[in-house]
Amino acid sequence: MKLLRGSIAWIYALVVFGFILLPVVSLVVFSFQATNLPLPPFTGPSLRWYEALFADSGMVEALRNSLIVGVISAFFSTMLGFLSAYGLARYRPAGAQATRAALMTPLGVSYLVIGFGLAITANELALGRSLVLVTLGHIIINLPLAFAIILSQMRDEDETLEKAARDLGANEWIVITRIAIPVVLPGLLAAFLLSFTLSWDEFIIAFFLADFDVTLPIEIWSQLRTGLDAKTNAAGTLVFAISVVTLTLAYVLNRAVQQRSRRP
Amino acid sequence: MTGAGIEIENLVKDYPGHTALDRVSLSIDPGSYTVILGPSGSGKTTLLAILGGFVEPSSGVVTVDGHDVTTVAPSKRPTTTVFQDYALFPHMTVGQNVGFGLEMRKVNKKKRGDLISEALEMVGLAHTSDRHIADLSGGQRQRIALARALIVKPRVLLLDEPLGALDVKLRRQMQDELTRIHDTVGTTFVHVTHDQEEAMSLADTIVILRDGRIEDMGSPERLYLNPATAFSARFMGDSNVISGTVAAGGDTVDTVWGTIGVAQTNNPNSLVTLSIRPEHLELGPEGPGNLGEWVVHESHFLGQRQRVVARRDSHEVLISLPQTASVRPGDWVILGVAPDRAKIVIGDA
Repeated sequence: MKLLRGSIAWIYALVVFGFILLPVVSLVVFSFQATNLPLPPFTGPSLRWYEALFADSGMVEALRNSLIVGVISAFFSTMLGFLSAYGLARYRPAGAQATRAALMTPLGVSYLVIGFGLAITANELALGRSLVLVTLGHIIINLPLAFAIILSQMRDEDETLEKAARDLGANEWIVITRIAIPVVLPGLLAAFLLSFTLSWDEFIIAFFLADFDVTLPIEIWSQLRTGLDAKTNAAGTLVFAISVVTLTLAYVLNRAVQQRSRRP
Repeated sequence: MTGAGIEIENLVKDYPGHTALDRVSLSIDPGSYTVILGPSGSGKTTLLAILGGFVEPSSGVVTVDGHDVTTVAPSKRPTTTVFQDYALFPHMTVGQNVGFGLEMRKVNKKKRGDLISEALEMVGLAHTSDRHIADLSGGQRQRIALARALIVKPRVLLLDEPLGALDVKLRRQMQDELTRIHDTVGTTFVHVTHDQEEAMSLADTIVILRDGRIEDMGSPERLYLNPATAFSARFMGDSNVISGTVAAGGDTVDTVWGTIGVAQTNNPNSLVTLSIRPEHLELGPEGPGNLGEWVVHESHFLGQRQRVVARRDSHEVLISLPQTASVRPGDWVILGVAPDRAKIVIGDA
């Protein structure tokens, strides 16, 4: 009986994980396909589709755009998230609760609404659709996350460190750059990496706001529409790989953060 | 560098719903070691924070060496603070921590290095400059915090319960160290604590705060031997506090314990409160014997002294006896107190 229950659990787990991971596995495996179509049987391994990917100027351009949008939007999300968290934690202004709630609201709004709203606004203001708008959209969706991660790292005890620095003659700029930022640095890096990952494979907002210059998810989507070949698998694998690397980094940093909170 | 004198005039600090400091006026001598002593909630930490510039008073004036510093920012004051949890920068080495104040004052690297070595040597931690804060023990952190605050040669050093986190033995050791360092640097030290023993061992002057007001202040000897109030008698060590009526002669007080002589003459029939230190009670028929017979209820051997509680009817008296005294619970003892040992204090028993 016990054995039966155990094996049912195992089968169930395999089915669930299979369902979640099979598409990813097939995406990755068939990116190494030697023939044209990313369909069984597997004819590889071959790197021809990766060669084709890097020979495709549209793909390379989109890859570059995605990196730029990701880095810039992650940088601003992290910076603004830090400044909001620092201001709320240290100065405790009137209406801090309401401000915190307001900063978190984009989390509850669908990407469709944010993308669509920004597109309409840009239109009203006669601003053309561009990667700048995409970057802006990504800052909007990532700011609440960056803010929440960094705020959770702002400890009251660390305020005394800032007091001590002021006591020894530091001005506010030095307090922030030499004390406040270094103390929450692991949190800042984690926020940056998570923001980058979310921007990196974000589709809907980029779709609404990009014009001729597009990000990688949009480029992959448009190539998929014109025909199925294993090059899109190679592109997808690249997107997946970069996400995995960044998330792993974020995880490692988060562990460092946890350790910091256990610091004596 | 000599220490600065501090004048505090009518300092008030109101918080919503309570008053942390209520018209505190205090004069601190240049180069003194002043300890502000009080239970938690007495306003002592608020007073120190106002001296350091971290809290602005609701009203009142603070001057350091005659200069009004009431609204001056911490970075612009001739004061530095040793914080309760030390507040060492965790991402910097010992040397970077100690040198931080000099760096802010744009002292060049060479000179900074020399002064850091000097400061570390003063606190007995030479050659630790490259160590990380996380690798230091509590006592070492305490010393580094002290070196960091003293290296900029403040006119006044503020210490916020600096020994609170240390174990007893280390605390004693650091007390001696603080006295030595105070004598060396000559800076005015203002030290906040709730530990009366620590206060007595360190201070030239003790200021006792209670509910935001100064209860009593003076030298440790004066406060201990001649407390002004019942509160300070109890707070500065153990005390037996009883009330009584001044007898016809004016120099004795009738109490439920017996008739007790006092040094000063008072108006007959007035109600007074007396404070008698446990070690001033004398045992046996050869003593004054004016308190009559009591029965020993508890006795505890504490090494240097014995702590004894004796009872009569519903009254209880605390006695501190020499190591060699032999009394056991159940023994009957005759108690007495010499006339100059009972002190009249303000406040109720």
